[in-house]
Amino acid sequence: MIAILKYNAGNTRSVLNALNSLGYEACISDDPVQLQAADKVIFPGVGEAGTAMAYLKARQLDQVIRALKQPVLGICLGMQLLCAHSEEGDTAGIGIFDNQVKRFPPGLLVPHMGWNNLENTSGALFKDLGQSADFYFVHTYYATQGVATVATTDYILPFSAALQKDNFYAVQFHPEKSAQTGLTLLENFLDL
Amino acid sequence: MLKKRIIPCLDINNGRTVKGIRFENLVDAGDPVALAKRYMEEGADELVFLDITATHERRTTLTEWVSLVAAAINIPFTVGGGIHSLATAARVIEAGADKLSINSAALANPDLISNIAAQFGTQCVTVAIDTDYIDGTWKVFSHGGRKATKWSAVDWAKAAEQCGAGEILLTSMQGDGTRFGFSLEITEAVAAAINIPVIASGGAGRPEDFAQVFTQTRATGALAASVFHFGSIAIPDLKQYLKSKNISIR
Repeated sequence: MIAILKYNAGNTRSVLNALNSLGYEACISDDPVQLQAADKVIFPGVGEAGTAMAYLKARQLDQVIRALKQPVLGICLGMQLLCAHSEEGDTAGIGIFDNQVKRFPPGLLVPHMGWNNLENTSGALFKDLGQSADFYFVHTYYATQGVATVATTDYILPFSAALQKDNFYAVQFHPEKSAQTGLTLLENFLDL
Repeated sequence: MLKKRIIPCLDINNGRTVKGIRFENLVDAGDPVALAKRYMEEGADELVFLDITATHERRTTLTEWVSLVAAAINIPFTVGGGIHSLATAARVIEAGADKLSINSAALANPDLISNIAAQFGTQCVTVAIDTDYIDGTWKVFSHGGRKATKWSAVDWAKAAEQCGAGEILLTSMQGDGTRFGFSLEITEAVAAAINIPVIASGGAGRPEDFAQVFTQTRATGALAASVFHFGSIAIPDLKQYLKSKNISIR
């Protein structure tokens, strides 16, 4: 079973629709037992970091997520909450990745919204996707680059488009909204 | 590099896609779910659905077709028409829309923009502006182009941004359905005045019109309906053409 984390900043419906179109069943859950028992866990997110993190902490879901041993995929805010710290609401993250999450400096339109290509991709998530696939992004804050960076994107500055460490995977873009390319990436994650 | 967006628009009337000329003479253009899927497969970057009869008939947007569309496609889509309260906005988001487009309701009550932005984020709120060139100014119209307002297009776009709009969908009523090209001057004037993305709409007839709006204005998206519905421009050909003009396209 695939579990999609249920919390106050979820775009859970879109993720569930994408999984269904790939022929997978999934549950939307905030039950620690169900999350621990799942084969894969997806940690989606559209919302504000401080509010979302407070919600997770109040339910000890931050500790549940940190202790997961199966493959976990953070998406957008989910990725940012897996980092060490976010400038958005001066929020301490779950800290799987030691990257910092910062607000885009002035330069171009913010949020960074629309289709943009990846660079410097490596690892299992990007199998069959080539070196510069386009994905759909919508975000105002970005994760800095670091040892866990497995893809970058350039907008105002180069930032981490994807991270990976041990069983934790994370993407800044929305694979569930990125047409066939996004479905291929989700399938790569589900095949892990 | 961030790509320019090609955005087919599906006007919805009683659950069917329709297309008119200058907002009138509606012609049936097919089943929205089937069309949406076809556009996604052809390479559309986003879709916009507008329930064009919603406001003046005071119907609420049909969340049933929104859920059907959400289940059928996995590219971002915007829903507009009849979203006049936070409660309706929440229902449409819940049904699976990524963004909401508000027009007459935002003009009547600009707080609606702030309220939706506060709840769901500014990236969720597209303010649609219908404008026509009357007596030397680009005036804003509400109620599907039927009612003149006190606003000029530039001033209303700025006010909407202040309230928390994340994007402006600017429709030139002069151009709408005529295929004489986008209204470049007002598109650039609005895009230059604000710091949120502008989608140009109204008048697309030829691939050259798309190239012009992307090279001569700061619009980051171009929306069209009839040229796509009735097949005079195929999206893959259009994207190939724009790439050949060195425009950044997915």
